Amino acid sequence: MRDLRHVRPYGDTLDDGMVQFSFSLPVPHGEEAREAARQFVAKMGVLEPQVVHAADLGEDMTFFVVYGKAPHDIDYTAIKVPKVESPVMDFYEINQFIRDRIGRKIVVLGACTGSDAHTVGIDAIMNMKGYAGEYGLERYPEIEAYNLGSQVLNEELVKKALELKADAILVSQVVTQKDVHIPNLGELVELLEAQGIRNKIVLVCGGPRLGHELALELGYDAGFGSGTLAPEVASFIVNEMVKRTVG
Amino acid sequence: MNSKLYLDQEEIAEARSLASAIADDVVAFIADKTTVAIERTVLRLLSLDGVDADYVPLPNVVVDHVHERGQLHRGVARYVINAMLHTGLGIQAIGEAVAAGELDLLALPPRPDAEMFARGQEEAQIALSRINRNREARNHYLSRLGEGPQPYIYVIVATGNIYGDVIQARAAARQGADIIAVIRSTGQSLLDYVPYGATTEGFGGTYATQENFRIMRAALDEVGEEVGRYIRLCNYCSGLCMPEIAAMGALERLDVMLNDALYGILFRDINMQRTLIDQNFSRMINSYAGVIINTGEDNYLTTADAVEAAHTVLASQLVNEQLALRSGLPPAQMGLGHAFEMDPMLEDGFLFEWAQALMAREIFPDAPLKYMPPTKHMTGNIFRGHVQDALFNLIGIATGQGIQLLGMMTEAIHTPLIHDRQLAIEAARYIFNNARHLRDELEFREDGKMVRRAREVVHEAKDLLREIEARGLFRALGEGQFADVKRSLTGGKGLKGVLIRADDYYNPIETALRGALGLPSANVGRLEPKGREPGGRESEGREVGGHA
Repeated sequence: MRDLRHVRPYGDTLDDGMVQFSFSLPVPHGEEAREAARQFVAKMGVLEPQVVHAADLGEDMTFFVVYGKAPHDIDYTAIKVPKVESPVMDFYEINQFIRDRIGRKIVVLGACTGSDAHTVGIDAIMNMKGYAGEYGLERYPEIEAYNLGSQVLNEELVKKALELKADAILVSQVVTQKDVHIPNLGELVELLEAQGIRNKIVLVCGGPRLGHELALELGYDAGFGSGTLAPEVASFIVNEMVKRTVG
Repeated sequence: MNSKLYLDQEEIAEARSLASAIADDVVAFIADKTTVAIERTVLRLLSLDGVDADYVPLPNVVVDHVHERGQLHRGVARYVINAMLHTGLGIQAIGEAVAAGELDLLALPPRPDAEMFARGQEEAQIALSRINRNREARNHYLSRLGEGPQPYIYVIVATGNIYGDVIQARAAARQGADIIAVIRSTGQSLLDYVPYGATTEGFGGTYATQENFRIMRAALDEVGEEVGRYIRLCNYCSGLCMPEIAAMGALERLDVMLNDALYGILFRDINMQRTLIDQNFSRMINSYAGVIINTGEDNYLTTADAVEAAHTVLASQLVNEQLALRSGLPPAQMGLGHAFEMDPMLEDGFLFEWAQALMAREIFPDAPLKYMPPTKHMTGNIFRGHVQDALFNLIGIATGQGIQLLGMMTEAIHTPLIHDRQLAIEAARYIFNNARHLRDELEFREDGKMVRRAREVVHEAKDLLREIEARGLFRALGEGQFADVKRSLTGGKGLKGVLIRADDYYNPIETALRGALGLPSANVGRLEPKGREPGGRESEGREVGGHA
């Protein structure tokens, strides 16, 4: 019987605590480097660290692969993760929902903002062809979808939102450096608030490092992680729009 | 050459001749135009450098000075060389005097044309010999130190700080890299000037500046001596300063340059007229400097589907080849781009990738093809990513690619960490060495899937080129033929920097380059391109895009 109140990593035996690490230290390759890596992992509280690989990176840097056993455990039963709760409809249901409950086409802007040039995420949601067999928003007859592409400045995005009278904005952040996506996402909220349109817009962000919880913290209405498909996002948008007009 | 894919040579020849007609049409359109970037490039090659008190580069100051007085369409060189003759000063002193407001270049009475031409020719020859000395230095290094075998191992550094980049680059060279590319800071392609000096802050990359080029060049020469191999340096001459960056690269001995107008048009929304004109001049410089250009066709497959859009890559490569030839760039310097971007879940996708890579190799036998790794279908699963990169590397060696841009298992997560790069290089070297002569051992079934796939792509590319030829490249771009992206002739950034050349337009650098590259002289008649409404010609000297 698994004890979900005390969960530890699993390798091949329950509760063995097996974890793997890979990282570099700015020290020259050699026996001292291996020992430094071992001690470093031990300091993280990991038991029996084993340095299984060390490679000379040049420039007095060394790369390591280390295994060890983590003694810590997690109470799985106490975990609460905020998630987007709206029911997910399919392509036809969403379009019908818009016709019945909103009564006009809705305008959705998508962009990959700031320094990020990776449009994979926003393309998967927006593009006509979609992703994994699900059409993107551009294919939805009741949605006017505008994919602004990559490296869009927040100012430009807000300008477009005003110009096109956007009902929703989708921001994608895939690759970021030194967590630049966090201030960048925050800045958009501030700009929308400054223009007085934040509450008129359903604001959604997505990307591999973004969850719903972080999105809410940053002042967004929802956040979606990797693997999200267009209907999940569209369902949230239309439900949220209706909820606001009712509420 | 025997085609292992039994490619239809007649169909390829037909596709090439269609691409040639498309390129002719483009060249006719750009022949009577110049841009602010080209004029700044002329000044840089005439040795003007530095910035004014507000950190505006002097080439911008001087070009704007002439432009504001409405005479830039005659060529900035005319006024600068006239001033040199009058004042006896060098170009740097003249630039500084203009910046200080002490000299009005247009107020000086013009010297006789013959005198100006003679001086211009002299100055241009000095510029060309500077570039030529770098070319010779590279050849000298290559013969003394040698180089890694092809495919060259190409990796990027992108710390934002040139001194941080140096550490990562030297480490990569020691690990086995042959080419180091310094990724530019986000948005630099949209700046209409080149930043100045060494830089230590950037976003997602490091600014391309002449000083940064110099710092990295010195570091790679030093580590090259240690590892006994010439390490090539790559940067990006694309965007609004395309020819200026080509000039800076030529002056600082860069070896590889991204140089593709189509990429800028489609992915950075740069005006198509502006960047095709800039490209033509920048490729002359790259050609003369012995720089390998890289084109960006691989990017088409990041937005469009890699199976369905394969033929657009080939069509674009053929057009890029013809445009490059018209700038005097030989096939040995054409790093035409393509990519391994199919969905990894596709049955037999590996066979199709292999067929396409070999097809590109056979169609461009002398080009150091630039083969790009999977990016679109890379996930956070770094372990699968490493396997995807391994399959990509296997095709690289098995099809004789020229430049292998190594994939990183952490693609789609962050810019490469130092050990991401080491693991990538280690894997590539293992695979390249372990399968070095695989290509020589294999033949393919004439009735097999791979042969069929390659033929299909050639056929579709030819059909697409026929459509483009009928409409002209400009209209084809407007209709979204590449990468599912649509761009218009007058849309995008940078159009206001385009000018119609005056009849007495003067550019001694271009004249000298054309002479050295065996190209016909400029101003070869003015034809209306296809895909552009006739009768809309602007009067001489007016900016094509209206006022700034």
